[in-house]
Amino acid sequence: MTAQPPDPDAQFAAAPERPQILAPPPQRSRGMAMLIEHPTLWIGLALLVLVTLMAILAPLIAPHDPAALNPAFRVKPPSAEAWFGTDMLGRDIFSRTVYGARVSLIVGAGVAVCASIFGLAIGVLSGFLRWADNIVMRVMDGLMSIPAILLAIALMTLMRGGSVFNVILAITIAEIPRVARLTRSVVLSVREQPYVEAGTACGTSTLGIIWRHIMPNTLAPLTVQATYICASAMITEAILSFIGAGMPSSVPSWGNIMAEGRALWQVKPSIVFFPAIFLSVTVLAVNLLGDGLRDAVDPRLAKQV
Amino acid sequence: MTDAPHLIEVRNLVKRFPIGGGLFSRSHKVVHAVSDVSFHIARGETLSLVGESGCGKSTVGKCLARLIPLTEGEITLDGQRIDGLSRSQMKPVRKRLNVVFQDPFSSLNPRMTVEDLVAEPLRSHGMARTRAERHARVGDLLEKVGLAREAMARMPHQFSGGQRQRICIARALASEPDIIICDEAVSALDVSVQAQIINLLMDLQKDLGLALLFISHDLAVVEHMSDRIAVMYLGRIMEIADRESLFRHPRHPYTRALLSAVPLPDPEADRDRAVLTGDVPSPIDPPSGCFFRTRCPMATDRCAAEVPALRDMGAGHMSACHYAEDV
Repeated sequence: MTAQPPDPDAQFAAAPERPQILAPPPQRSRGMAMLIEHPTLWIGLALLVLVTLMAILAPLIAPHDPAALNPAFRVKPPSAEAWFGTDMLGRDIFSRTVYGARVSLIVGAGVAVCASIFGLAIGVLSGFLRWADNIVMRVMDGLMSIPAILLAIALMTLMRGGSVFNVILAITIAEIPRVARLTRSVVLSVREQPYVEAGTACGTSTLGIIWRHIMPNTLAPLTVQATYICASAMITEAILSFIGAGMPSSVPSWGNIMAEGRALWQVKPSIVFFPAIFLSVTVLAVNLLGDGLRDAVDPRLAKQV
Repeated sequence: MTDAPHLIEVRNLVKRFPIGGGLFSRSHKVVHAVSDVSFHIARGETLSLVGESGCGKSTVGKCLARLIPLTEGEITLDGQRIDGLSRSQMKPVRKRLNVVFQDPFSSLNPRMTVEDLVAEPLRSHGMARTRAERHARVGDLLEKVGLAREAMARMPHQFSGGQRQRICIARALASEPDIIICDEAVSALDVSVQAQIINLLMDLQKDLGLALLFISHDLAVVEHMSDRIAVMYLGRIMEIADRESLFRHPRHPYTRALLSAVPLPDPEADRDRAVLTGDVPSPIDPPSGCFFRTRCPMATDRCAAEVPALRDMGAGHMSACHYAEDV
């Protein structure tokens, strides 16, 4: 050795003092810091919380039964009695819009969760098993080549009949390939990391490697992707309902309200207008949340868009 | 060599990597990363593997740890063949053999705490059943490598390179192995930190009776800590000998050139340097005969025709040169 430290033993003797060199843990929690640094995150989150509260408290907020007919009081403009006016059957559009948030949120969240879980499983599988990769990813390419909305319409037709479950299932199948691709790309890059090799050298099983080393790394990009999927699922649900392929027309969903207002669009645009505003704001909220999350999770991507 | 008194015995290890070749284009070109490498490591001994970048020394280490499959050859641990074992069969072997990697930054998962990182071998080999037991063991290990017990609650990014390498060493020690493969374990560190880590390794070796396979390109480090040294060039072992014997009387022209390339602290020192010309040939298309002949000052026609075998020059000093006696 050409360069000896002055006294190597001093290094070891000093060991117990070491923690003092390390910075004290930050006082503010990580979550709070994230919110303050990324305004889009908290604006999106705040809007989404408002819409969610509206959906949960719908029976308290809505002044009327969303399904109650009132033929004598139909196609009225917004007034103190019916804030957003009434539709062609005299139903209160404000109450229907408030209840409609439930469908959108359930479908959005349901699709985001289901597509993430299945997409993650498929992505990890094809990232890890080389023989499965070619087959699985070609199937995913095939699914991706069909526009999501067309695929969802086709699946809804196959399943005969709209229900929340069927709508979630149809949109999930259309969204899975995107998650699978994302997960696969993360798995392919993480599995080459030296710490994965070190894990193998430590005797960790393949499942242990996936669970402890690879999955945690997919979590951040997956969360961001899930918010985008949530937003796009809400739009797809509205489109499905609008063209009559989604929720049964008895259910007040934003797509259904718009579909019913379509015929009267030229005389009473307010029927379409209000649910459309709510849909736009909710989708915007989820997208803002997603953008904020992406910036917080991966600062390198933040300035690109 | 069949009595197998050695901890590790490698016989005729070959590793070839196919290059190119996708689904439709089958390329038949291969990189000859390691060709016909044989050596052994005794219990408690340090064998260093030296050579320039790309000579296959890390590949040997990875094959030995079964992190990559080998193409041909035999590896035995205590007389038991480990080259053909499946992943699950390797598990008891991995308990006895662990690796410390070159880069202490990428070889620690940034999302795990130091406790989880060091406890990884304990967990996978079922060596600490309860959380408290694991906690105590990890604390002991951290102290053993010169870190504070309290360090275990922290994340790897809160440590410096040298401290992180200590964490890696603690992790490698966790399963109480017989041998640790140090794959360029100090080359990413500052010189002063290198010295600390090397001294730590040597102390641990003395205390625990560890064998080390020390892969390095730094001859000064190697001279400081090895019992025996193997010199590699283009995937072959050129010379393998005791430290003393190799540094005093190199029996291979390549070793001689390597040794004369070590910088001396005295700029005025008069030295007879054996400077090599040319570049290392491509491992895709290595030269015939002796791989070193294209740059060897002593090469003759015989070197192009015959692959020189490793010959014992006495007292375990082996050289793969036809003219080893004349070097």
